[in-house]
Amino acid sequence: MHPDSQANAFVQSATVAIKDITLQTALARATTRAVNNRVQAMGETTNSAALRQQGRQARLRALQNLPDLLERLEANLAAHGVTVLWAADGTECNEHVLQIARRHGVRKIVKSKSMATEETHLDEALEAHQLEVIETDLGEFIVQIAHDTPSHIVFPILHKTREQVRDLFVERLHMLPSDDPAQLTAAARDYMRQQFITADMGITGANFAIAETGTLAIVSNEGNARLCASLPRVHVAIVGIEKAVESVKDFATLVQLLTRSATGQRLTSYVQLISGPARPDEPDGPAHMYVILLDNGRSKIYNSAYTESLACIRCGACLNICPVYQNVGGHAYGWVYPGPIGAVITPLFTGIHNAAPLPHASSLCGACQEACPVEIQIPDMLLRLRGDLIAEHDSRVDLSVGLKGWSIAMQSPVLYELAGKAASVGSHQIAGQDGQLHRLPGLLGNWTKNRDFPPFAGKSFHQLWRERAQNKQ
Amino acid sequence: MDQLTSLASRPDPRGKKVSLFVTCIVDMIYPSTGMSTVEILERVGCAVDFPMAQTCCGQMGFNAGYRDEAKAVARQFMRAFRDAEVIVAPSGSCVAMVRHFYPQLFENDPASYAEIARLSNITWELTEFIVDGLGVSDVGTVLDRPVRATIHDACHGLRGLNIQQQPRTLLGHVQNLELVPLPGAEQCCGFGGLFAIKMPDISGAMLNDKIRNIDSTPADMIVTCDASCLTHMNGGLHRQNHTQRVVHIADVLAGKVGQDAP
Repeated sequence: MHPDSQANAFVQSATVAIKDITLQTALARATTRAVNNRVQAMGETTNSAALRQQGRQARLRALQNLPDLLERLEANLAAHGVTVLWAADGTECNEHVLQIARRHGVRKIVKSKSMATEETHLDEALEAHQLEVIETDLGEFIVQIAHDTPSHIVFPILHKTREQVRDLFVERLHMLPSDDPAQLTAAARDYMRQQFITADMGITGANFAIAETGTLAIVSNEGNARLCASLPRVHVAIVGIEKAVESVKDFATLVQLLTRSATGQRLTSYVQLISGPARPDEPDGPAHMYVILLDNGRSKIYNSAYTESLACIRCGACLNICPVYQNVGGHAYGWVYPGPIGAVITPLFTGIHNAAPLPHASSLCGACQEACPVEIQIPDMLLRLRGDLIAEHDSRVDLSVGLKGWSIAMQSPVLYELAGKAASVGSHQIAGQDGQLHRLPGLLGNWTKNRDFPPFAGKSFHQLWRERAQNKQ
Repeated sequence: MDQLTSLASRPDPRGKKVSLFVTCIVDMIYPSTGMSTVEILERVGCAVDFPMAQTCCGQMGFNAGYRDEAKAVARQFMRAFRDAEVIVAPSGSCVAMVRHFYPQLFENDPASYAEIARLSNITWELTEFIVDGLGVSDVGTVLDRPVRATIHDACHGLRGLNIQQQPRTLLGHVQNLELVPLPGAEQCCGFGGLFAIKMPDISGAMLNDKIRNIDSTPADMIVTCDASCLTHMNGGLHRQNHTQRVVHIADVLAGKVGQDAP
């Protein structure tokens, strides 16, 4: 069992989530809005299909040349005075941050949103060394003070209703009761301003790392990432190695796809391009800047049949459109990344046996791939993962026996017809008065839990065709 | 899913003998829908043949991860349709299996790849065959009573084969049929093959979303191009005592609506 993945409990968690009325309210509100916003924003572009292809090719090209790109990125960042560090895994990443904090006498840290640090549990690691960490993205701040975890890549508290946030703020920030988003934001901002001014270190992620110029790009709407990267003395950016893109031109394509797909905006309120610490002639900016390039399993995925999953730009569009996500929310997926892309990469990051239900957490409807701004072939990868599970003998015995028998029968027209006849006789015997089957045996009973099943026909099409041929003669 | 086989690169199916791939569900559960399919194909001038050695496309095993077992079933498809010039099936899902996933299953099997690619290339879903392949948009259907219908877009047909306009074109020409829009027509009904068995609560929640959308329309009939989605949606409608029914487009086009609906 993976230490921090509950993905194997997916079905149980999902069953609870489906019955949670508050969660269902939050999910319905947020995913509907997000889908509508994306469809409208993508529809505004002159040729969205071409834009997506351009974005897809930019990501695939970057992955194709990833080792080379990373070396160029490192060299160009270093040329701007950035210290570049590499981290093979979460522990090494957190250790780097701790050492940097010690070196610069850091006590208080402000942090903007970063999914990579959710993988490494950075906040806990820093707090264990008596460092104060404040999440400054409003959603992540709420997650932090509620001792919760994000349930969405872009909207961390998508699972919470506005009313729940109000209650939390009244309790923790002593705010006067109000569920007006403007007042909720103001309450958080009052608290946060003080933290920014007194922090010694700012930690950010990055949405893209542009190799040709040695530039990190961060998109945000609250301005907090900009403050994290410019007010404190030290800026540390933690960047997954798959974030590298070749050129500013590729970035220009991808940033539009990201913001339009994530929040339905043509561009977010802030798009920062950071190429190093403050230069001698610049009055503002951090004195020291570090970039930690995080592997944490990515190079293993890179060398597999699932390389394309690294093309993801973390917009969350596949989550919002997915009818499974819409019904169960993000926490059921049990690890950092939920939804369809999470169902692909969680087994890859944490080991397939630690996330065995996830490749099956999809009806393979394909809405995810259709929504994906870089057209990642998520259903195909889920299918391939299902094949991997079988190849590694991770399957129920009854299902395995059933499907092996099915395969043998389907290879023989005679057995196939016999099976059909048996099903016809059997189904008519157990059919109810209305002619439908209300309770099927064994694993099939899961069907009749909430659906009826029709009986098999008395005469198959094969039979009807034979009769037709005889009548014609 | 990639739409690997683009219309332009496929051989012109006009004037060729049609081999019907009836699909296992239609064969065993809805054989009259198979007969409707034959009736329509003959009505538009096709000579229809039914290779008796056919069984199933293998998707059930493939979707469950049993690739070797599915590949063995695909070989039976190869044997059955060895002499086919054009293959037509009343199911977008089974056709997507043949067109998209058969080439994947045989990607490391050069001895069979050419034949699999040929079969993929000549396999059509019923409505795309009539509208795109033959260039026919009116099959001359007159229903014997007025019907208000809506369309559910089956996922694999919609996203794997780009089937969306074709059924609307055909139904638009059916006399006595009024077509009304279905909110969330493109949203999955929750079937997903073994998904419905492995994760019945999630699948059921998706089905409820679909039924709520159906209830929001004045339609008493939901038309779809896939017998599997049909089975799932009717299973839910029936269990919840709803009166609307899902019918296969072949039965509508054959004018059987109201007489033989499942």
